[in-house]
Amino acid sequence: MAGVSLENWQERIRDPKIECMSRDEMSALQSEKLVKQVKRVYENVPFYRRKMQQKGVEPGDIRGIEDIGKLPFTTKEDLRDNYPFGLLAVPQEKIARVQGTSGTTGKLTLASYTKYDVEVWGECVARALTMAGLTSEDRIHICYGYGLFTGGMGLDYGAMQLGAMAIPMSAGNTQRQMMCMEDFGATAFACTPSYALYLAESIQEAGLVDRMQLKAGIHGAEPWTEEMRRKIEDILHINCFDIYGLCEVTGPGVALDCIHHEGLHVYEDHFYPELINPATYEPCADGETGELVFTTLSKEGMPLIRYRTKDLTSMTHGTCKCGRTLVRIHKFTGRTDDMKVIRGVNVFPTQVETALLSMGGGVAPHYLMIVDRENNMDVLTVMVEVDERYFSDEIRKLDELKNKVAAVLKQALGVSVRVKLVEPKTIQRSEGKAKRVIDNRQM
Amino acid sequence: MGISNTVQQLSVFLENREGRLDEVLAALAKGGVNIVALSLADTSEYGMLRMIVSDPHKGRMVLKEEGITAMLTDVVALRVPHATGSLAKAMHQLVEGEVNIEYMYAFANGSDAAAVLKSDEPGRVIDILKGSGFDVYTADEAYRANV
Repeated sequence: MAGVSLENWQERIRDPKIECMSRDEMSALQSEKLVKQVKRVYENVPFYRRKMQQKGVEPGDIRGIEDIGKLPFTTKEDLRDNYPFGLLAVPQEKIARVQGTSGTTGKLTLASYTKYDVEVWGECVARALTMAGLTSEDRIHICYGYGLFTGGMGLDYGAMQLGAMAIPMSAGNTQRQMMCMEDFGATAFACTPSYALYLAESIQEAGLVDRMQLKAGIHGAEPWTEEMRRKIEDILHINCFDIYGLCEVTGPGVALDCIHHEGLHVYEDHFYPELINPATYEPCADGETGELVFTTLSKEGMPLIRYRTKDLTSMTHGTCKCGRTLVRIHKFTGRTDDMKVIRGVNVFPTQVETALLSMGGGVAPHYLMIVDRENNMDVLTVMVEVDERYFSDEIRKLDELKNKVAAVLKQALGVSVRVKLVEPKTIQRSEGKAKRVIDNRQM
Repeated sequence: MGISNTVQQLSVFLENREGRLDEVLAALAKGGVNIVALSLADTSEYGMLRMIVSDPHKGRMVLKEEGITAMLTDVVALRVPHATGSLAKAMHQLVEGEVNIEYMYAFANGSDAAAVLKSDEPGRVIDILKGSGFDVYTADEAYRANV
């Protein structure tokens, strides 16, 4: 069993040339890549060409990273409008795989990768795993979902690139997770923080903590607190790390925090982060809170230019205690929209509305989402108004309606939902911006 | 014979929160609507209050004014003589007639009892009951029961 103290911690850096580069060298590298990327998207993606023309910008105007502010932003809506393959910068046959997440309209947000993009992704995750103290000798138990969701595959590619052993468990079945973790001698595991805590407590209850060989946990895809991290660390006697990423940009491995937990190091040689004031679009200084914006400097398949993540955070430049010079982003303080991350799945209130409307009657599109954390698992309850015309005094019929709503919502959101039917006209009506979500989780 | 013999029941969906039943009863009292019979079904999340009242339309209106959703449902009020086996006999006829009863509740009415039956086919229920020698209350009789 590994300890959690810093004393016997050995800092490992996979690519010191990049990760400890001086700011001048990094800017030069980013400038070179940005100039090429802008030229490429202008020539190959009609969407970007049109947007740049509308703004009166030509590729020649972008001479370095300091010119990035001249470029137009890209939003999630742009991705939706160009779904599924409208933003490709390479011919379709160059695309090696796609990954996706739930989007605002029930459609996926889809990202396309070339073989090179997958390699870069794996390399970034390998850097992250190294930052977590892992080497080719480690056995990494991956209980993120495999599939379109980037969690499972992302960690898998990282483990492969690192030369470590991947245990592709995917999500669910805690008893089996524990058995394999013990039998295969996993030395690290990766999953959402809420599941990590649940798994840790299950391991503790089963009296298996001492039989595990775990030393690190890699957790992300949903917000979590320092307290939660310490709790998992204390139960399992391991070190836990916060991994950040989003499918549109690449998936997990955009940033990771090191053992000092003073912000997540962004792999800015591939993903250039900006922080802007979401109202004025002016850049934020270090320490100020703003919206995180990414430009993918290396991506071939579906490059993103100034993609607005809607995540609110702050940034720190300067050298970290670990020696890395990469810019750091801090714990997210919120979103510029109503998006909620529930059990690792992005859920938007508008998805609920669309799903309710799609039922064609029975319930009114008035609802309230309540997010709770019970036994360390996120629970989403949706209160739905029954349409007066569909009201029944038969409990069986109301239950049928409730089950139907629950099925429709699960289908649309990708997470199971508790539905609570309420009387017509009892949910607050929208006056400008209605309160659609109550998040009771302590973040 | 037929649907004209059905009785209109006032049904109210009750959210599980403090004082909701009180609000409903107070609104009816204020509107001068008398409750002849009631049944309250509960689930883990809500209750369903079903009532025979002196004036169902008025009952629905006064509740609506208070922002309470109520609906009117056609039910059948069967006259059950106070004799052992009367209800069993009536039910047997309905089973034979293959009609489905969703729910039922009963109240005493003078020398007889009344069983309120809810079915998707109230007309058939009435036909079957009358055809086998049972009596059903007219709406007026039911609304003024025990007064």
